[in-house]
Amino acid sequence: MSLVERIEHAVALGRPAVEELIAATEFPHVEGRSVTFLFRGEAQEVTLQHWIHGLPGSLPFRRLRHSDTWVLQLDVPPKSRMEYKIGVMLFGRGTMLRDPLNKHTARDPFGANSVVYGEGYAPPEWCLVDPEARQGTIEDRHVDSKVYGDWRPIKVYRPARFRQTRRYPLLVVHDGFDYLGFANLQAILDNMIHRLEIPPLIAIMTQAGDRMREYAADPRQADFLVHDLVPQMEQILPLVREPSARAVMGASFGAVSSLSTAWRHPGFFGKLLLQSGSFVFTEIGDHDRGPVFDPVVKFVNEFRRTPGRPAEQVFLSCGVYESLIYYNRSLVPRLQETGMTVRFREANDGHNWENWRDRLREGLSWLFPGPLWLVYE
Amino acid sequence: MLSSAILLGPQRHVRIVKPALDTLLPADDRPVALVSAGWEERESEDHEFREHVGRTVQNLEVWARVERIFERDRELLAAMRQRHDTLRRVQELYRLRLLGAMEPIRELLRRPGNDLWLAAERHDALVMLQGIDSQHVQRVVQVHEEFESRWRPGERAAVQRERRDLHKKLLECGILCIAGGHIAVLLHRLRLFDVLGLHGNRPVVAWSAGAMALCERIVLFHDTPPQGSACAEVMEAGFAVLPDLVALPHAKKRLDADDERNVQLFARRFAPALCVLLDDGARIDWNGSRWSAQPDTRRLTEDGWVEEVGA
Repeated sequence: MSLVERIEHAVALGRPAVEELIAATEFPHVEGRSVTFLFRGEAQEVTLQHWIHGLPGSLPFRRLRHSDTWVLQLDVPPKSRMEYKIGVMLFGRGTMLRDPLNKHTARDPFGANSVVYGEGYAPPEWCLVDPEARQGTIEDRHVDSKVYGDWRPIKVYRPARFRQTRRYPLLVVHDGFDYLGFANLQAILDNMIHRLEIPPLIAIMTQAGDRMREYAADPRQADFLVHDLVPQMEQILPLVREPSARAVMGASFGAVSSLSTAWRHPGFFGKLLLQSGSFVFTEIGDHDRGPVFDPVVKFVNEFRRTPGRPAEQVFLSCGVYESLIYYNRSLVPRLQETGMTVRFREANDGHNWENWRDRLREGLSWLFPGPLWLVYE
Repeated sequence: MLSSAILLGPQRHVRIVKPALDTLLPADDRPVALVSAGWEERESEDHEFREHVGRTVQNLEVWARVERIFERDRELLAAMRQRHDTLRRVQELYRLRLLGAMEPIRELLRRPGNDLWLAAERHDALVMLQGIDSQHVQRVVQVHEEFESRWRPGERAAVQRERRDLHKKLLECGILCIAGGHIAVLLHRLRLFDVLGLHGNRPVVAWSAGAMALCERIVLFHDTPPQGSACAEVMEAGFAVLPDLVALPHAKKRLDADDERNVQLFARRFAPALCVLLDDGARIDWNGSRWSAQPDTRRLTEDGWVEEVGA
């Protein structure tokens, strides 16, 4: 008997049987590629709301035998992550809920979603706090910006065993506060340094005042990083003052800003880490992404025409469930043509922080390989 | 060649240096010389080692001595940095050729059957791979020889001063322990002071990178590094004071021993040397003429298996 048949049978037997089945079964229930969602509650309509490009955004649950039990089966490829909410319509009023039966959630600046793990996926252990790994420190500072005419808050990550007499590579992070909050960036840096997967480095977390404007390929942001932030950091921190020891990274609009910075100041940052970049471009006609994308499209079109050679190494990643996958795939050959060394990774995931978190280990260790190869303790 | 030595797995979780010392030098009052240069700036953090062995320990401070030399002799520092860059470049070029040779031989091993023609291709591909490794070792030797003849580090005042002091301390010791850590740092700093030469024929206990440094060839390996796949490569010749052995520390973490062809290729590539897995608790003893291993110390076989060394 399939799981749905068992649920139907329990519904026929009555409420205690359904409760017993729920207690004995983990929901959403993953079996191979098939995932079964179950919702219980009064409703006129129940839907699964997700952000997988290519599927209808709202997938209806099926009510079983006029009861308050609703089910939905979905095909989810192995090693996937899918974030979702459950939409409940009652008396003409809709609400979006996290799945009450699902213990897995993923946070982002707007709250949290439920998340289902496809077969073979588990959150990586290297992103969790490892008691054996010495912790680096995070310091709140600010940077005076001539470019913006104000000051910007930053957070400075110093690795464990930091010494003022050493010289460290630099990683500049767009949306850095969010990377700390939603992508476990500090634990990842601590662990990777402890495990010798990257060298000890200094990371500067920046956070935009108005990210949809400043990260949209705004030349001021590029100038801010190159003329304000890095020179001021070089005054107070022991940094290797070479492009090969500097990286800039970001996700979504943060990736656009990273590429735009490197393009406007070629050779300043030797390494780029671009995650789910909003690299929307047009070949013919106009785009349909709204006015906030106007400067992005203008930049990406210009970049595609005259890419130059912005950096030496680029790590690019994108989820295959994102609408941006087309733009990212299209960017790869253009980046390669510039002579830069490019690595591109796709993941069975969407436009979210845990996707970006899960790609950090490969991206960072590829850009900044640590001494692991040479160390045998 | 050393007349007696013991090689061990990592000492962080399973500490077995003390019984090794008791085997090689029982009831001896002389201090134990320790080289922990592979730990770099943490070289002096040897209190756990001291507690464990329960003997007087003379840390030779090989890493700190070189740092002092660099402060006094900037020309030598610049020359060593230049050699470091050259070695890195030689390694990168070797890696290019190595990667090109690895895929065909892996494919030849994957192909089913064992007919005459397939066996001949497999054999020749292996010989070519071994040739690439040998040529690389020779090139690195050339880099070191050119460095030695141009800069004559052993004749420089700053080096001689440290070497004299180190020699004096080493003479008082009955046995030498070489800890693991960064293999290149360890190897090059041991070589600068000719620590093995000064120590002479007295016994040695070495673990992890320390064990690698004593062998004829230093093989770097990690089948699943975080940035993607990698294939084992020879770094350079070791001190070659122990024969016919390739030391593979942390093999459980670093080597895909479940992949039969991977094991097969590894063992055949470095044959006739024994590829010994130096995991936690592993120990292999050299008595001047033959090796003997503790139970559970394992090796790679040319058939693609992992088995106890004594089996």
